[in-house]
Amino acid sequence: MMTIEGILWLYIFVLAAFVGYQVISGVPPLLHTPLMSATNAISGISLVGSLVTAGADYNHVSTILGFVAVTCATINVVGGFLITDRMLKFFKRPGDRQP
Amino acid sequence: MTPAFIELAYLAASLLFILGLRGLRAPQSARRGMVLAEIGMLIAIGATLLHQHLVSYQWIIAGVVIGSAIGTAMAVLIPMTKMPERIALSHSFGGLAAALVGISEYYRHSGVLGPGKMAALGFEVMLGSLTCTGSLMAFGKLQGMIAERPLTHRLQNGLNLSLLLMTLAMIGYLIPHTTSQALFYIVVGVSFLLGILLVLPIGGADMPVVIALLNSYAGLAAAATGFAISNSVLIVCGALDGASGFFLSLVMSKAMNRSFGNILFGAFGSESAAVIARATAAGRSVRSATVEDVVIVLKNASSIIIIPGYGMAAAHAQHAVRELGDLLERGGATVKYAIHPVAGRMPGHMNVLLAEANVPYDHLYDIDAINDEFSATDVALVVGANDVVNPAAKHDPQSPIYGMPVLDAELARSVLVLKRSMNPGFAKIENELFLRPNTMMLFGDAKETLMQLVHQLKEEG
Repeated sequence: MMTIEGILWLYIFVLAAFVGYQVISGVPPLLHTPLMSATNAISGISLVGSLVTAGADYNHVSTILGFVAVTCATINVVGGFLITDRMLKFFKRPGDRQP
Repeated sequence: MTPAFIELAYLAASLLFILGLRGLRAPQSARRGMVLAEIGMLIAIGATLLHQHLVSYQWIIAGVVIGSAIGTAMAVLIPMTKMPERIALSHSFGGLAAALVGISEYYRHSGVLGPGKMAALGFEVMLGSLTCTGSLMAFGKLQGMIAERPLTHRLQNGLNLSLLLMTLAMIGYLIPHTTSQALFYIVVGVSFLLGILLVLPIGGADMPVVIALLNSYAGLAAAATGFAISNSVLIVCGALDGASGFFLSLVMSKAMNRSFGNILFGAFGSESAAVIARATAAGRSVRSATVEDVVIVLKNASSIIIIPGYGMAAAHAQHAVRELGDLLERGGATVKYAIHPVAGRMPGHMNVLLAEANVPYDHLYDIDAINDEFSATDVALVVGANDVVNPAAKHDPQSPIYGMPVLDAELARSVLVLKRSMNPGFAKIENELFLRPNTMMLFGDAKETLMQLVHQLKEEG
């Protein structure tokens, strides 16, 4: 029922989820809000799926749905990274070198 | 560009995303990490634009321009107190994007699909639609457009559970019968409805968990999109986002000592009437103080722990809190901030607000790091927090929050509570801390009260 290709995708998913959990469980509560907006920006990568839908000229319906999806995903990518940076700028203490 | 080259670009992007998230382990490396993630995003998008299926660019350009304008405006204009609302909205956008790509994929193949792809599409539209409307509901509740108290009715859990099972059954049926097109669109419709119904019964105090859970669903929806359109970088990013949301949900539910199931299917607020009745029956009353009384206590304190809660965000009082903290510090006292994981409406909410007000982040302490210090502290100053300082969680098995880890504010020599009114918090639970003999209550808008305190302290030098 499942193709080898499908199993390979699952393989990637499981390993990525595992690595993600390991990396993210080291983020201190101090930065949990920036973490949320950062992962939100990164998952705006669904933009790459929307781009193909909007630009492949499959049919009118797909193009329109793709256009709305591109708009939504771009809001998340652009807005997500900008607001994460805006927040991270707040986190400082005396003596920290300002980048 | 060849497919192999695109895949290599996606691999590089995935690595950059993981390294970027790794940067968030410390404030010093966080911004650099985000630059790496941004580079990863540019690489992934650049490679995709060279995809062989892409023939026309006008809709892409239009979507990117409009999306960037809205995204930038939201990021620049939104006040930090509205962060939970923004996060909820962005989960909603992410869910909608996933659902739309799924619908478009199904539509263009008229349902003629392999079973594996059908399963992925089914989960994609279900999770995407559910996240979209669920997050909009969360947004409405945070904004106060929808009643923040839990809206419950007797058949609710049964109804939600059967709708959920029905949706899964329909997806199960679609896998071998992919061309049952009407059924596919019913799945979409029911999932949109389910998102509304699942969040409707959840109260304001449970918002941090709900937002974290929706974060996880948004990630899983993106990963399902990756399975459906065979896109590796989407699977990786969806998995990262899903793992992050799952991790935060665990942290939040642990901080409330409740299980996922309990939060989703057991709305707060029904059993608390008994607690209120009991507390008032005991005949104890609150001690209401004046600004002058509180100033005397503060002036004589050499160690102060400030405990912020949602009330601080609601009153936009973070700058006033910092001003008072600075003044007390200049007077020679040590000032620390105790942050409960579920204070506010989303994970890390209080930290961001205080950081915005220029409180150095090494003054912000987690519950485990500071709870031992209350007994040696002169003043615990509670600003708009309630359930997270309720001692009943430690000793009263009747209390709905019994077992939840709380800040030991009552162990401080004096407890000062700034509060809008005597109304119980969003969980509608009476707080016996307010009735303790060492507690002084100062009623009023937190920001105004704090400014009066600052003014008075300055006057008296």
